[in-house]
Amino acid sequence: MHMLSQFNRKTICIISSALLLALLPMLATLAGEPYLVSLFSRILIYALAAASLDLILGYGGLVSLGHAAFFGIGAYTVGILAHHDFEETALISWPLFIPGSDSGLVAWPVAILVSALLAAIIGALSLRTRGMHFIMITLAFAQMLFFFFVSLEGYGGDDGLTLFSRNTLPGLDLGDDVQFYYVCLALLGAFLFLAGRLVESRFGMVIRGCRESEKRMQSLGFPTFRYKLLCFVIAGGAAGLAGALIANQVEYVSPGLMHWTRSAIILVMVLLGGSGTLYGPVLGAAAFLLLEEVLSIYTEHWMVYFGPVMILVVLFARHGLFGILVGKENRHG
Amino acid sequence: MLKVEQIETFYGSSQALFGVSLKVRAGEVVTLLGRNGMGKSTTIKSIMGLTQVTRGRITFNDIEIHHLPSYQVARQGLGLVPEGRQIFPNLTVLENIMVGAANRGGREEPYTLDEVLEIFPRLAERLKNYGNQLSGGEQQMLAVVRALMTTPKLLILDEATEGLAPLVRKEIWYGLSVLKARGQSILVIDKNLDALMKLADRHYVMERGAVVWSGETDELADNEELKARYLGV
Repeated sequence: MHMLSQFNRKTICIISSALLLALLPMLATLAGEPYLVSLFSRILIYALAAASLDLILGYGGLVSLGHAAFFGIGAYTVGILAHHDFEETALISWPLFIPGSDSGLVAWPVAILVSALLAAIIGALSLRTRGMHFIMITLAFAQMLFFFFVSLEGYGGDDGLTLFSRNTLPGLDLGDDVQFYYVCLALLGAFLFLAGRLVESRFGMVIRGCRESEKRMQSLGFPTFRYKLLCFVIAGGAAGLAGALIANQVEYVSPGLMHWTRSAIILVMVLLGGSGTLYGPVLGAAAFLLLEEVLSIYTEHWMVYFGPVMILVVLFARHGLFGILVGKENRHG
Repeated sequence: MLKVEQIETFYGSSQALFGVSLKVRAGEVVTLLGRNGMGKSTTIKSIMGLTQVTRGRITFNDIEIHHLPSYQVARQGLGLVPEGRQIFPNLTVLENIMVGAANRGGREEPYTLDEVLEIFPRLAERLKNYGNQLSGGEQQMLAVVRALMTTPKLLILDEATEGLAPLVRKEIWYGLSVLKARGQSILVIDKNLDALMKLADRHYVMERGAVVWSGETDELADNEELKARYLGV
């Protein structure tokens, strides 16, 4: 009976959240606050980035302070492709002629691939370390990329790069905030579904087992490094997609997207919502960005007020806001 | 089946094993005996590739395994039940069991879930619980079952009954006797000499990182001086 009530709590939370998100554009129009659609698009995008970090942090136990690198690379991929498309110049002119593109069908998969490739390179080196060393090496890689793009004058350097318009998708007008919102919602829903299947699969069991003891997993015959690397690459690719979406939403990319403080913000979203739950980081992203929105009306130093909230959550809700909502027994994604 | 020849293992600059040799034949139950800190667990870790062997040779079914990473050692057919009930607390009991079953491709007559739950029926009622919701005894049974699900050619148990209540120990010893009757090769470390004498065929006694005696159960039973000197019995 107790299990049933907890199952219901979780299901009710997820279904009601999904319903609320599905109806949000309509509710925002009725409330006469259309800007909420834009705010919630941002929440959905950061939720995707945070949920992707949860794959390696919550399930794999790998605390990365460089996740924004993949977020930023995804954004820059879209920005650079759009820049060359607008300028009608070649992205690469030799040995092959590769033009830019403003198509989401091209730019978004490329953003995922480039971010995943970068994750494979960073992961192959950083996953040989653990604990504090892993945190530091991921942070170092992200900062290297940050300074690389700061110095990349051809693509705006420190000032960043402005997109002429959002990407195109057949049958959709992404310039329309409501349509863009639903694309973000669909992509987040698809990621949560696939990631949920992944963590329940054999692959997910190995990743979750590694969080407890990698040696124990190895003594069961699993080449744990390969599993962790693949998980890191999947998380990097998903963060790249989130980056592609944020570039579209704000129609602007800058090195700040991959600064280590951005990685820290995504990490805070995961911890606030509840790590190892997949849905928790969505809640964490919503709570963080809504608090930012509300508190920053009163003061630009809103973090002063956010800090105590974070401390209370860490002290009294080890499984985050999602754990409070659904009960810790049923928090697993 | 398993042949350990003159292995030496170091932890940093301090030597833990001094030329340890032992053999386990197919279908045998062999024990590693000795007081705490004598190198029994280090020997097991060296066999499993969890600790680097500096000198010597370990072969399993004529394949050299001492230079292999631990996951490849496990894939040769060595199943470890590690010291200290090392289950995965954040996986359910069923997941703990199934994760063991993932790497046994190609093994003849693999253990099935029903078979292992028949040996340790208590776990059948707890399949949906998380590992950290089990009692110590249940966790240890789960560790044995998880190793069994790899369908090991050689099952290695490191202090499998340490710190457990007598009734739970009895269940585990019963489970191991069922496995022996099935022809399972087992290498076991434990301090419960009475139970080991009933179960095992041969024994190795370790002292300060070296094997100081080896022989069959009858010989050990008759050697009171050996038991008093090295096993504190």
